[in-house]
Amino acid sequence: MAEPQTAGAPLLEVKGLQAWYGESHILHGVDFNVRKGEVVTLLGRNGAGKTTTLKSIMGMVGKRRGSAEYEGHQTVGLTSDRIARLGIALCPEERGIFSSLSVEENLMLPPRVAPGGLTVEQIFELFPNLKERLNSQGTKLSGGEQQMLAIGRILRTGARLLMLDEPTEGLAPVIIDQIGHTIAGLKRQGFTILLVEQNFRFASKVADRYYVMEHGRVIDAFANADLEANMGKLHDYLGV
Amino acid sequence: MFNISTQALFSQLLVGLINGSFYALLSLGLAVIFGMLNIINFAHGALYMMGAFCAYFLLSIAGLGYWWALVLSPLIMGAFGMFLERTMLHRLAGLDHLYGLLLTFGLALIFQGLFQNYFGSSGLPYAIPQELTGAQNLGFMFLPNYRAWVVVFSLAVCLATWFAIEKTKLGAYLRAATENPSLVRAFGVNVPRMITLTYGFGVGLAALAGVLAAPINQVRPLMGGDLIIVVFAVVVIGGMGSIMGSIVTGFALGLVEGLTKVFYPEASNTVVFVIMALVLLVKPAGLFGRTA
Repeated sequence: MAEPQTAGAPLLEVKGLQAWYGESHILHGVDFNVRKGEVVTLLGRNGAGKTTTLKSIMGMVGKRRGSAEYEGHQTVGLTSDRIARLGIALCPEERGIFSSLSVEENLMLPPRVAPGGLTVEQIFELFPNLKERLNSQGTKLSGGEQQMLAIGRILRTGARLLMLDEPTEGLAPVIIDQIGHTIAGLKRQGFTILLVEQNFRFASKVADRYYVMEHGRVIDAFANADLEANMGKLHDYLGV
Repeated sequence: MFNISTQALFSQLLVGLINGSFYALLSLGLAVIFGMLNIINFAHGALYMMGAFCAYFLLSIAGLGYWWALVLSPLIMGAFGMFLERTMLHRLAGLDHLYGLLLTFGLALIFQGLFQNYFGSSGLPYAIPQELTGAQNLGFMFLPNYRAWVVVFSLAVCLATWFAIEKTKLGAYLRAATENPSLVRAFGVNVPRMITLTYGFGVGLAALAGVLAAPINQVRPLMGGDLIIVVFAVVVIGGMGSIMGSIVTGFALGLVEGLTKVFYPEASNTVVFVIMALVLLVKPAGLFGRTA
């Protein structure tokens, strides 16, 4: 496969990563990397292993093999709370808003893992809706607002690698645009983002590079500039 | 239609409030433990009994009285609970409820058996502390100071626990981890340590109830076994895992029991179970329970 030219040492280097949920072997050796300040997108059909890849990096699957180094720290073998403290944060696909917590409690829940996170005021500038609904129950928010809350709460923590799992899934176009602007803004502020998306039209507005996954492996990679040239292949891969 | 003296009515209501205090403290601990560990802690009654024995030993061996016991017994038993969690309960994480139930039931039988072996079934006396002897004449009844203390103190502890869980940052971690422990852990929180501390806290509440009960009911190896069956009924009625639900239901059912003793004494031991059956028929998740 044609690996795009990489400059500088990667922030996240994944090599031969394998993962299991109980007895089922989901990842069969995943290889990719993310450099500081990049937005990298994992594409692939349902069940290709994209979500499992994010969860494996975060230490949330049963068994892992292989290597996933963040800033030179090996994360395979660490528990997920230790991995989080290295500066990695996950916004899960199901959003993971806690129903027994208010919006404010949800927002303030993740502990600070490093200095340099956004202030609550900066988060409200990104997502003004949250400010008006601080005392609501977390799950009483609309789907879009829940997604903003799920992204907002990990911006506070000082984590520098944000892993966003299908942040646009099931949302209205106007909200998708807002999330797209947010991701572009975060990139300008120096955050590194690993994105999982089905919607590559959305991804193409923010991503620097793509990896395509199938059957628990990375099978292709290309830069955003080569997206048009790879459109044909991509349609085959994704079956769209 | 009923020929009841106000004195009998109020004294039974007081007994009901006292019992309700113990129901509330114990079912609160069970609710907290169930929420975090997903374990139905059948050892709760035995740990309550051990809390009372702890007070007894502190007095007879170390010469430390009631007020010391009120602080030390929950701490000692809480530490013992954390030991149980780390060495045993911890291994059952992710398994069916049944395993936790069997393990804690077995532990309860072992603890009760051990204490029965050394102390028999009759009670050991434990005196009411000097400061709380005597009674107030309220006009319509005499209110023993110690009983008033038990009700007020239990209520204060229950409300403080509710506040800590529902209104503080630590409580937010606890509630979040009850819903989705793996995500809370992925935010960088040491959830296993929280689980150990939670179990220790629940056991500490049981031990506190044991110390409060010691001057009223004496210290007996079976004191917890008798009580815990009713407490489980209280938990079922209130709804598993609801904090305020377990407090309100605990006190309310104590009062219902007391009233039944006045109006229809024959049913006083069964009324809680009748209510439990009715609640299960009408609202299986319990009065305050959230259906999952």
